[in-house]
Amino acid sequence: MLLDIEFKQDTLLVRPGGELDLSVADFFRNNLEESLDREPATNIVFNLAQVSFVDSSVLGVLLGRYKRVSKKGGKVIIVSPQPQVRKILELSGLFRIMGESDSEAEALLKLG
Amino acid sequence: MPFTNQMKLEFLSIPANISFARATVAAFASQLEFTLSDLEEVKVAVSEAVSNSIIHGYRNAQDRFIKVYAKLTENTLELSIEDDGRGIENIDKALQPAFTTDPERLGLGFVFMQSFMENLQVDSLPGRGTLVRMSRRVGARAVHNSQEH
Repeated sequence: MLLDIEFKQDTLLVRPGGELDLSVADFFRNNLEESLDREPATNIVFNLAQVSFVDSSVLGVLLGRYKRVSKKGGKVIIVSPQPQVRKILELSGLFRIMGESDSEAEALLKLG
Repeated sequence: MPFTNQMKLEFLSIPANISFARATVAAFASQLEFTLSDLEEVKVAVSEAVSNSIIHGYRNAQDRFIKVYAKLTENTLELSIEDDGRGIENIDKALQPAFTTDPERLGLGFVFMQSFMENLQVDSLPGRGTLVRMSRRVGARAVHNSQEH
């Protein structure tokens, strides 16, 4: 899978790409955990603009990282999910605990 | 004579084959007049069923086989996903939303299958395997759509 992670303004900016399923879940989770161990990140922004598919394996990875940052008062924001990906996130209920923004800039502004 | 078509797919229980399975089923199903959005939903259902076979049926062993059967009639895709893994002890419990045996997972696999497909049927014998059957009609509005608007 494609994965770009940047640390900016207390926030981990995570930009995965491609189809996210069980075959990349461990790689995705391990990279996120390593970044959270390394950087003093309070919040996470997942920019899903380049993600064309998600299933429940990957929603588990997102939820796991939400649990980690929310314990310390951090927030998670989803940016630009494609319509079919957005439908899955909505059905899963993750939008009840994670925010949504149209751009990374807007998300960073919200996180202030 | 009414249109019918069938295919059988058998592959190793390797996570990389999940995308192979869903893409193949979607390509086959596109012989009917499904919309792209319908096919995306079918792909999620296939992905969940095959993932369940790998994770739960075979406990991530990569040397077992998963079978996918697809049948097209004039306006319906019928799907079966079969493994000969551990089976499910309590199917009613497994079908409940948010039931999961793993804290990193959401317990939404069957929820997505139920939301995106029709006539979901799960047959399982502990120690023998699991057979998941589901179908999707062309033009059927999946249950979740009515809640979105």
